[in-house]
Amino acid sequence: MQQHTTCPYCGVGCGVAATIENGVMTGVEGDRAHPANYGRLCVKGSALHETLGDHGRLLAPRVDGREVSWDAALDQVATRLAAVRDEHGGQAIAGYLSGQLLTEDYYAANKLFKGFLGSPHLDTNSRLCMASAVAGYKRAFGADAVPCNYEDLEEAELVVLVGSNLAWNHPVLFQRLRTAKQRNPLMRVVVIDPRVTDTCEVADLYLPIAPGSDARLFNGLLAFMADKGKLDAVYLERHTQGLDDALAAARDEATTLAGIADDCGLDIEALETFYYWFASQLHVVTLYSQGINQSTSGTDKCNAIINCHLAGGKLGLPGAGPFSITGQPNAMGGREVGGLANQLAAHMDYHTPGAQALVTAFWDAPHLPEEPGLKAVELFAAVERGEIQALWIMATNPVVSLPDADQVKRALAACPLVIVSECMADTDTLAYADIVLPASSWSEKDGTVTNSERRISRQRGMLPPPGEARHDWWIIAQVAKHLGYEEAFEYSHPRDIFVEHARLSGYGNHAGGIPRLFDISALSDLDRNAYDALVPLQWPVTAEAPRGTARLFETGRFATPDGLARLVPVRPVTPEQALEACYPLRLNSGRVRDQWHTMTRTARAPRLLNHRAEPYIDIHPQDAQAHALVDGGLARVFNRWGEARVRVRVATSQRRGDVFIPIHWNAQFTGAGRVGTLFAPLTDPLSGQPETKHGAVACEPLDVAEEATLLLAPTCARDPLRSDDAYWARMPLNHAQRWQIASATSRDWLTWCAARFGVEATLWCEDATGGRLRAAGLRDGRLVWWLMVGPPSELPGLAWLDARFGDAALTDEQRRRVLAGSASGEADTGPVVCSCHQVGAKTIREAIRRGDASVDALGARLACGTQCGSCIPELKSLLEEEVAHAGTDEALETA
Amino acid sequence: MSAYDEHLVIVGNGMAGHRLLETVLAHPHRPRHITILGDEPATAYNRILLSPWLAGDMDREALTLRHPDWYAAQGVSLIVGERVTAIDRQCRTLTTDQGRRLAYDRLVLATGSRAARPAVPGSDLDGIHAFRDLEDGERLASLADAGGRAVVIGGGLLGLEAAEGMRKRGMTVSVVHRATHLMNRQLDPTAADMLAAELGARGLEIHTGADLAAYAPDADGQRATGVVLSDGTTLTADCVVAAIGIVPNTSLAERAGLATARGIQVDAFMTTSDPHISALGECCEFEGTTYGLVEPIWRQAEVLAARLCGDTPAPYRERPCATKLKVSGISLYAFGPIAPTSAHEVLTYHDPQHGDYRRLLLRDGVIDGAVLYGDTGDGPWYFQCALAGEDLSACRQALLFGASDAQPLLDKPDTLSEEAA
Repeated sequence: MQQHTTCPYCGVGCGVAATIENGVMTGVEGDRAHPANYGRLCVKGSALHETLGDHGRLLAPRVDGREVSWDAALDQVATRLAAVRDEHGGQAIAGYLSGQLLTEDYYAANKLFKGFLGSPHLDTNSRLCMASAVAGYKRAFGADAVPCNYEDLEEAELVVLVGSNLAWNHPVLFQRLRTAKQRNPLMRVVVIDPRVTDTCEVADLYLPIAPGSDARLFNGLLAFMADKGKLDAVYLERHTQGLDDALAAARDEATTLAGIADDCGLDIEALETFYYWFASQLHVVTLYSQGINQSTSGTDKCNAIINCHLAGGKLGLPGAGPFSITGQPNAMGGREVGGLANQLAAHMDYHTPGAQALVTAFWDAPHLPEEPGLKAVELFAAVERGEIQALWIMATNPVVSLPDADQVKRALAACPLVIVSECMADTDTLAYADIVLPASSWSEKDGTVTNSERRISRQRGMLPPPGEARHDWWIIAQVAKHLGYEEAFEYSHPRDIFVEHARLSGYGNHAGGIPRLFDISALSDLDRNAYDALVPLQWPVTAEAPRGTARLFETGRFATPDGLARLVPVRPVTPEQALEACYPLRLNSGRVRDQWHTMTRTARAPRLLNHRAEPYIDIHPQDAQAHALVDGGLARVFNRWGEARVRVRVATSQRRGDVFIPIHWNAQFTGAGRVGTLFAPLTDPLSGQPETKHGAVACEPLDVAEEATLLLAPTCARDPLRSDDAYWARMPLNHAQRWQIASATSRDWLTWCAARFGVEATLWCEDATGGRLRAAGLRDGRLVWWLMVGPPSELPGLAWLDARFGDAALTDEQRRRVLAGSASGEADTGPVVCSCHQVGAKTIREAIRRGDASVDALGARLACGTQCGSCIPELKSLLEEEVAHAGTDEALETA
Repeated sequence: MSAYDEHLVIVGNGMAGHRLLETVLAHPHRPRHITILGDEPATAYNRILLSPWLAGDMDREALTLRHPDWYAAQGVSLIVGERVTAIDRQCRTLTTDQGRRLAYDRLVLATGSRAARPAVPGSDLDGIHAFRDLEDGERLASLADAGGRAVVIGGGLLGLEAAEGMRKRGMTVSVVHRATHLMNRQLDPTAADMLAAELGARGLEIHTGADLAAYAPDADGQRATGVVLSDGTTLTADCVVAAIGIVPNTSLAERAGLATARGIQVDAFMTTSDPHISALGECCEFEGTTYGLVEPIWRQAEVLAARLCGDTPAPYRERPCATKLKVSGISLYAFGPIAPTSAHEVLTYHDPQHGDYRRLLLRDGVIDGAVLYGDTGDGPWYFQCALAGEDLSACRQALLFGASDAQPLLDKPDTLSEEAA
């Protein structure tokens, strides 16, 4: 049986068709009817069914470390929250939510905290992702309203990708862009990014911008447009205000191309080309993401971009507009219900005239807070100061994801009451919870999400939650009832919440004052069947637009009191985290292609770890040399806030002086990989979004005596770590756990493994002078542990060994091959490039050498790149490298 | 006179003589007149297979290399069961113990070797056997078939093969070996211990570090009833086999006045001090080396055959050779030095339960020596790499796993250095 739902990963919000057989999800494919993806899925989405199962799930409520019944847990939550409120007031309670929650969960939580507990301190991890985009839209348009849709991306003549590695982070959208570009040879793509990413594969023009200089770039563009007579005077006159001030601000600094190119670290001709293209095209989409938002001046950067679109009249029409792409599956839904601390509800802010009375009346709320609450970073500071006495965290892992992440640990340790609703049994944050509530997860949860183009889609519950896990909305409503708010939380199904949310969006809307753009009141009357059958549609969904609204501001009327959009004067500033002599490297952070957030889900699909198996740092070859780092070695990256220990990848894709560490790794998977510990808790003054792309760090080689790789059967209950291990990383495989360990001192491994795992080394081989050792412990012919001491670059491909851990007993021939790690003569296929078809780099290089000269030819032979397509940029790089090598060989032969 | 018309006489129809004959016959310019003489009654047989034959793993017929009619068909005169007693170098004739006189133009001595006998009291007693030829084998086989106890002196290749053969025929066999581990010329202690354990498990009684002091005589002082070790231990036996090594048969050459030392001295073309007389195999000595394994002898045969047919071959050169043990169910392959020096890097592989062991000695990235026990399939590849002097540093990480793993690393273009460039 196939059921249609929505992917829980990025902000693209793809439709997923899941096959359920006998209560098990056996496969997923893209929903061909879903307008976000039309049948496509990226590698993460394709592996969704591999991430399910009860193992590692949180299965029962716990209070103070003891498993209890739901009744007892709910009673404890309610009693303790009430006690804090009674003693310290609602201001002492806070909630920290997540873009992973469904809109219905979000709505119920927002209503409980703001309407009934009287706490304004309800914020969300979306703060880390798109708060600046929200603030930018609100300043320019009067509402948090994404004007564009995905088709605009395809219909544009010029697409500017700035601060977005679309190829890795929104792969399906990237594929749509690539396909559109193939269809329209006139389409041009500009990629603006300090790093050479896989997104550059579609770029006609790549600008390797100096980190943090985006506002300068777009201010310069505004001045260029004015100088070249490329302003849309009519549009500006009729639909905007603020041009003069914005232009004046832009002209405060040198507006010569040379000056701008210098400030942005760009080639002057490339800069002029970009400016010329932008100024001369009407159908321009500027797509921006965390590279813009995660900055202490993120909001200004957003407005610098929006200014250029307004000045050229490049929005409100097909193929045009400033397009913020969110990172999370339901960041937008959270914004819609008011799930940010500076919002009240349904796109109403605290200062929105009449909003307090309106919301109070709609909810019949006893005591609504009067002022906005604390935003994420300041919230955790307040927790550490003791101003917050109770904190309820849902579906997020702030110990990993926030800047100054060690401060979060201190705050949670200091907080008298920490409640955590969570799906997984082991997360870094759970260690600090007084009360743990097991929540349902994707495939179980039922409700709606909104993607980056305002499209509301159903995420459907298809499988029962394991153990005692419950839906978040249910948990919130039950706590509310235990607190005595039965009537306000009388929900029996997510539909009940959704229609209330829809009614609120229309409640008092258009009744004088400024109309609220977020209006889905046409969905207020959905019954259960209609809700279950809801097809994806874009808000507003009103009586006038019952099928939704594809594009906003087509009439040129904005959600401001006077209906005019605002150009905002922007004065570019440099990142607040300044480089210093002792911290000379600029730290950037972001996602990798095959992982999601703190890996709690994606690490359950072993093939997703094949692309990047360990936490790492990307560093330019000359920087690596200057800091004595070698490719494949280990580094300690540090500053006054914290440190990370990661694998070194020497990469020419990095600018000199810039390094990159992915955001995913945490204490469940590595010893010290939380990049959040390296960022200062500095935020944008308007949006409160932290500056997690501009850290200042130093790095040095990690001092290790030896490196070891251990593969352990599931029967090895104990980890293989010693207290003096300088580095470790754990990588789940299909039948074993892989541990990568680097130690400051060497150990007698054979003795140690025998003692640790209770099985002596059955076979081993040693190259003592080379410091190499491989060994395996077998019990009754079955693999229990496998060890290699030596650099991981010497590892065989682990698929064969992993499969042997699944065998009941090794054959003689297999046993002879166990230390080699492969079947006889079977070559290591190299690091996996195509995750869908598990095709390795070595295999691909060989095919290229045999004459496969294109991505298509490689796909025809090896199937790589033919499913999700997210590896196509890497395939192209390999093709280019091989061609370059062949050229070198020829040159050598000729010479 | 061309080589074609010369009369070639080969004295000795053992492994070396026969190999030479076969090689000469394969040559397009073989001499027309060839005579081969052997003092054993049988035509040429494969001496290497004596051990499996003794162990009962093989028929007698399987040992036979050629039947008499083959010689006739090749136009070769075959004389068996006659011993050459004298050579008249002046007249270029030789005489046999049957009084036969033969003229030669070219003479090849392939007289082989005999078992060395330990120089201890009682060595002239009856009941002390060697294990060199078919006759020895037949005698030992019939003794073994009668059961009882045997002592084999010498835990080298031949001793162990004899011991295991007699054990399999039903005897209780002890092996007395002077060194601290078996096959100490070919194996390191780990492999030797595995071998000893395996043989012990099969029922052989192994005494290493055991010095033979004397043979124990019976009451008549006629027949050996066992051995006495220097620590006083006495091992009684119905049959004693001495397999402590071999001695080249040089007496004929010596009587003819050819230069001899331990063996008949030859140059790199196998020529003795008389240009008309050559020698090869276990009877000869080249640059101080004498021989016991077939591999170098086959190369000697190549050189000598070419020369006898009028070619000018590349001179014979000493090369290392590999040892294999032919005891059923035990695979062993070894070459090169046994004890690592400070210049060596040692790579080992152990799977004791499974009976697999490998040890490679590397010197500057080149294999200098190897011991393989159990899974010996890669032995020849290691040996070839060693002979070629190939630097294997690039595949060192995979070297212990054999050619299939190591070769791809060697073949791989050095992408890293290119990138660095």
